[in-house]
Amino acid sequence: MSEENTPEVSSDTILEIVGLGKWFQDFCALWDINLKVRRGERVVVCGPSGSGKSTMIRCVNRLESFEAGKILINNKEVSDKPADVREIRRKVGMVFQSFNLFPHKTVLDNLMLGPIRNLKVSKQEAKETAMLYLDRVHIADQANKYPSHLSGGQQQRVAIARALCMKPDMMLFDEPTSALDPEMISGVLEIMVELAEAGMTMVVVTHEMGFAKQVANTMVFMDHGEIVEVAPPDEFFSNPENDRTQLFLSQILSH
Amino acid sequence: MNGYRQPPPLQKVQSVKLIDILVIGAVLVVCAFTYYRVQFVLAYHWEWDLVFQYVVRIDEVTGEIFPNLFLKGVAMTLRLAFWGTVLAAVIGVIMGLCRVSSNLFLKLMSRMYVELVRNIPPVVFIFVFYFFISSQIMPLLGLDDLHRTASPELVPVLELLFGPIDLFSNFVSGLICLAIFEGAYITEIVRAGIQSIQKGQWEAGRAIGLSRFNVQRDVILPQALKRILPPLAGQFITLIKDSSIVSLISIQELTFLTMDVANTTTQFFEAWMITAVLYFAMCFPLAVLFQRFERTGIGMQH
Repeated sequence: MSEENTPEVSSDTILEIVGLGKWFQDFCALWDINLKVRRGERVVVCGPSGSGKSTMIRCVNRLESFEAGKILINNKEVSDKPADVREIRRKVGMVFQSFNLFPHKTVLDNLMLGPIRNLKVSKQEAKETAMLYLDRVHIADQANKYPSHLSGGQQQRVAIARALCMKPDMMLFDEPTSALDPEMISGVLEIMVELAEAGMTMVVVTHEMGFAKQVANTMVFMDHGEIVEVAPPDEFFSNPENDRTQLFLSQILSH
Repeated sequence: MNGYRQPPPLQKVQSVKLIDILVIGAVLVVCAFTYYRVQFVLAYHWEWDLVFQYVVRIDEVTGEIFPNLFLKGVAMTLRLAFWGTVLAAVIGVIMGLCRVSSNLFLKLMSRMYVELVRNIPPVVFIFVFYFFISSQIMPLLGLDDLHRTASPELVPVLELLFGPIDLFSNFVSGLICLAIFEGAYITEIVRAGIQSIQKGQWEAGRAIGLSRFNVQRDVILPQALKRILPPLAGQFITLIKDSSIVSLISIQELTFLTMDVANTTTQFFEAWMITAVLYFAMCFPLAVLFQRFERTGIGMQH
């Protein structure tokens, strides 16, 4: 993305993670995670598998519980009260590695379910919103098909549109292209670039370094449940500070 | 390669081998021996005509044909099986949801129900519950004098659906016993169905802000019910067979009436053989039908 169409990153913090710690029984999955995301910022999280990247963003919308630390959204701490958690989930959209579309509903119904149940909008209004976002992910013509009739790339675009229909303040992407056939990846990344250009706050866990270079304001490198390095992409790719970051980048960029 | 994409040659059709002939021969020998024992050692006197009268009765004067005890028993068994499945499915879905609930009390309660039913012999279960239900619950429902209070126009409909109206409360107690019993098995079917839905579905529903209730209703249950349908159909057949145990508490279904016929005529072989054929005639076509549904995937799209 060239400098002139890079949307402004405002100075106010939308997401703040403070001292986050999580254990799976004896295994410490996350340890002392601290991260600030400003409105309009695009954070790309990378690191070896098992390093806690997914677990971290899943903690943000409370799909995982955590034992230590706190998470603030719009400067308000998120409690684990069901009403609070639902409130957060409406504000924070999530896209999964395995799409997780509802197979028994058409594409359109997949998109309409959230707004109808949560935002109490009329069917007609929900449908209009759904069609708008389907158009934005370039598959408006598939609206009445079932997910199983779409390719993986199309399914992931539907999943992105489904999250957008809730009009979220920010979006979390959990390895959105890892389950896709190679020829499907670019279509999904294209949508994500467009979304970034439109000024959406995004936290993306991905191994797509080309995408990272193109859209990220901030790179985060995680290893063994810790954040090892946080840096702007220029520095991160050309001159990483930490040895582990250097090793990881040399492995992932060598081919 | 001849340039055409021809399918491989068909597998050879299975042929009859020596072992098949030996097995068939052995079966025939056993049949012949049984026939010999019954006919010449036991000297059993077959009276099929006598027993057939209890299947259908032909009025000697008018020549009209009436269903007799056996067919009445079949009707009663089918009523029990149908209403039993409906009631058991309701219990099963509610208890199944409790099984996967996050509420500890609901989980414990449903678990206890399932384990209680599965670890007590059906006969014992039926006796215990029957005396509890008939003495405690039935008076509460006030069904005992339905045959006095029901309006005359309603009686034929009620009789078609639930059997003789003077036996209505008796029918309902048997039905409740059966439903509670089968409900435990359906609970496990429902639980397995719900748990077979990928965790991602649950997460996706939660991630767009749906409440637990809404995820369950809009996302999980519709998918689970489609998977539950085939085993539920199988359970319906099981219920037809299991319904014979309520004969022990004098519900006048096929097995109970067969005991009646066998005792009055003293023709035990004929009576029970006819009943075996009748049960088979009820269950086997259903089994074939359900198998076909499963193959063609009714309710299995998407």
